[in-house]
Amino acid sequence: MPVVDLGTTPLRELNAALHALSKDTNETHWHVINPQGKHAVAVGLDAPVTVEIQGHVGYYCAGMNQHATVIVSGNAGVGLAENMMSGEVRVRGDASQSAGATGQGGLLVIDGNASARCGISMKGIDIVVKGSIGPMSAFMAQTGNLVVLGDAGEALGDSIYEARLFVRGEVKSLGADCEEKAVTDEDRAVLSGLLERAGADARADEFKLYGSARTLYHFHVDNAGAY
Amino acid sequence: MCGIVGLFLKDKTLEPKLGSMLSDMLTVMCDRGPDSAGFAVYGAGDTTRVKLTLRSAKPLDDVVKDLEAGLGVAVSAVLRETHLVVTLPADKEDAARAWLASTRPEATVVGAGQRMELYKEVGRPDAVAERFGLAGMSGTHGIGHTRMATESAVTTNGAHPFSTGADQCLVHNGSLSNHNAVRRTLLREGIAIETENDSEVAAGYLTWRMREGASLKEALEASLKDLDGFYTFVVGTETGFAVLRDPIACKPAVMAETDDYVAFGSEYRALAGLPGIETARVWEPEPATVYAWERA
Amino acid sequence: MTAPVNPPRTVPRPSATFDQYTISEIQRAAATGIYDIRGGGAKRRVPHFDDLLFVGASISRYPLEGYREKCGTDVVLGSRFAKQPIHLKIPVTIAGMSFGALSGPAKEALGRGASALGTSTTTGDGGMTPEERGHSSILVYQLLPSRYGMNPDDLRKADAIEIVVGQGAKPGGGGMLLGQKISPRVARMRHLPEGIDQRSACRHPDWTGPDDLEIKIEELRELTDWEKPIYVKVGASRPYYDTALAVKAGADVVVLDGMQGGTAATQEVFIENVGLPILASIRPAVQALQDLGMHRKVQLIVSGGIRNGADVAKALALGADAVAIGTAALVALGDNDPRLEAEYQALGTTAGSYDDWHEGRDPAGITTQDSALAARLDPVIAGRRLANYLSVLTLEAQTIARACGKTHVHNLEPEDLVALTVEAAAMARVPLAGTNWIPGQGF
Repeated sequence: MPVVDLGTTPLRELNAALHALSKDTNETHWHVINPQGKHAVAVGLDAPVTVEIQGHVGYYCAGMNQHATVIVSGNAGVGLAENMMSGEVRVRGDASQSAGATGQGGLLVIDGNASARCGISMKGIDIVVKGSIGPMSAFMAQTGNLVVLGDAGEALGDSIYEARLFVRGEVKSLGADCEEKAVTDEDRAVLSGLLERAGADARADEFKLYGSARTLYHFHVDNAGAY
Repeated sequence: MCGIVGLFLKDKTLEPKLGSMLSDMLTVMCDRGPDSAGFAVYGAGDTTRVKLTLRSAKPLDDVVKDLEAGLGVAVSAVLRETHLVVTLPADKEDAARAWLASTRPEATVVGAGQRMELYKEVGRPDAVAERFGLAGMSGTHGIGHTRMATESAVTTNGAHPFSTGADQCLVHNGSLSNHNAVRRTLLREGIAIETENDSEVAAGYLTWRMREGASLKEALEASLKDLDGFYTFVVGTETGFAVLRDPIACKPAVMAETDDYVAFGSEYRALAGLPGIETARVWEPEPATVYAWERA
Repeated sequence: MTAPVNPPRTVPRPSATFDQYTISEIQRAAATGIYDIRGGGAKRRVPHFDDLLFVGASISRYPLEGYREKCGTDVVLGSRFAKQPIHLKIPVTIAGMSFGALSGPAKEALGRGASALGTSTTTGDGGMTPEERGHSSILVYQLLPSRYGMNPDDLRKADAIEIVVGQGAKPGGGGMLLGQKISPRVARMRHLPEGIDQRSACRHPDWTGPDDLEIKIEELRELTDWEKPIYVKVGASRPYYDTALAVKAGADVVVLDGMQGGTAATQEVFIENVGLPILASIRPAVQALQDLGMHRKVQLIVSGGIRNGADVAKALALGADAVAIGTAALVALGDNDPRLEAEYQALGTTAGSYDDWHEGRDPAGITTQDSALAARLDPVIAGRRLANYLSVLTLEAQTIARACGKTHVHNLEPEDLVALTVEAAAMARVPLAGTNWIPGQGF
């Protein structure tokens, strides 16, 4: 089981080694210690391996992840798992702004809080936040599911397209064109599945669902104030 | 465009360590702002005396002797590289400034106050902190800045913090979009703005509001209406420490609070070395929300 | 005096302020309640390369023989940090235009034409199609604020990565694609519902400002193992600062797009009133590179209104390493072809003025997602037209360079130029013809 100490090993060596792994590698479990808030740790992975990071990471940890599982025992900086395609990213602490930005697939689980713009422009990713999320989350969210066990900040889901936003706690305010929706059986099944996969201690019937009112899909002069 | 750190101590026993804690935080933020660095430390002082931080590219060897002769009062001074902190009776501040302007035009007063000392230079932030001996300084609170210059020049005058009033200083990450208009208003109101830097305008704006009677918190709240653009401000006063992000809040900011201190960093890693950070309350300040602390 | 019978009358006098176009726009706005949206770049007259002349060679300088004495045109992009810099045979590249904004055959034709001449094409907002990768020997992959179709596999397949901060038609604005063009395939690529108006972001979702940009560039380099050149594209707004900051943030190449540069669709008011002409932008950008000691180390690509080989030569003489063409490339493919006049008339416009690229009804089959219209464009023939045009641009630039005594087009310099107008002299920082006067210098 490889252990990489980022206190002594350059980041380039770690990422190059992870990129060199083939899909059927036997080195499937990596440990990274002393990340010291470095940026771009474990970005661009493309193999079904697990990378456990002990400590805090900076911007873009696990960016554009494919197939891999990345676990951060610490806090994550801006753009955690940005544009993730598949696989799983878990953070034991908090995540900074733009967590899961533009993600297209896979599962992002944040045990703590996520700050502003969580799930901005999400395109199919599933995000589960066990704490609360900050303002402008799910801005222009296109598809995928955002599940929040705590509260949501201001302007949730502003200019949202077809993503589903499940929130258990308070929503400070909804953004333009975002509204509460009736929960269908299908929604509930999706939510239950995500709660289970995330290991979240909550029941699907505790959540409200928010989605697009679809009034901004085609420009109309009477909606101009919303732009 | 830059890195910011700030530290406000609640536990007096930590005061001798303020400089070393702040220095470590500043060093971590080097790559956010490699052009220049600066910091302000609020140390010892009393109401009868004022500290003037002078910066000069030329040596200021005989300044103390000449000042004493010119003003007829006792003056003490500490020299740190290009900066000289002179302490003199508070009622002689205007006379000292006038004397300096006429006889030592090469010296700039970068900060003044009962307790604030302010240092800034071009160069890598870790080297700047080292040159000035930040790690050895003590105090109640301090703020620091690493700068990647955007539209104004990479000069020492363009480095943060900016001080436009007694014991007041400000550091900024972001870019203001209406600072030219605000600068014109402030100049009309008699606030001295010396650079083209947008951040100095923000500092001057707060000085102006506080001069008109606002508290630090009220001045920052007013800035939400009058200052446009993207900003994260960290502000120090003789007794206070405050943080404000603009309503969109794109520029990064993390805070931590324990029973012993309040800390600010542009990124979490700036805070990661602080004592007790594991159990601190850590959060990212909300947009358009003033966070302020005052010394008891 | 008695009043004359049938006195002469003044003819109707149109207002210079409220001209015919202005009046029609007020009437249109009042009727619809929405700003005018169109494609293309600024149509207003702005100081341009036409106002510059090369002085040529005679006795004090010696020209090269055309056709016999070599005049190099190749350019290397990305030599600063990338392990695999790009080698172009000609200093003319194809600017970013998306599949979505353009039809599949149009993208293919761009790839065929550019590849034939050994130069690059660029993706756009919407990702990389297999056709595009297949037909472009050198392909630059754009990372845009919307991240539509952004995919790490495609990042690794690209020959270079272009981080788009802005474009000349709308510096500070996001993209826009109206419902007519969100076809099932475009919708799928962009994860959008079919047929809706797509609103693209104006800022990146996960970074803002140069300090964050530096970290974003580091991520992209790590992701692609430091192999690919990384470009940063900006619209011409504050070219000195933006170029300096892109260099500080770690770019290999800066792409600078003037206000004449086209867009698939945005507000007319934006296109015509925001940003600088390319003529006014090149010298400040080059100055920033020179001040940082990075001129020719970080390459500068300029775009926005390049039409002929003289424009190419003038841009290079002012300090650019290469140019990019968009609108001119579309015209070479067949856009605004007068043979389609009857169809343009039916759309309420005329050949040469058609700019409703966002509506997807392009009779030339270029700016459309309608399969019947798109099928009108033969990508092989259109690609050949583009290749011909690129050859002419290159030959013309070489002709001028040889006449100035240069064995490589990159040896053209500002001192080879003079200006015909005070405005052009000030913007290009070259003397007014026949004088030593460069307006705006030394004040």
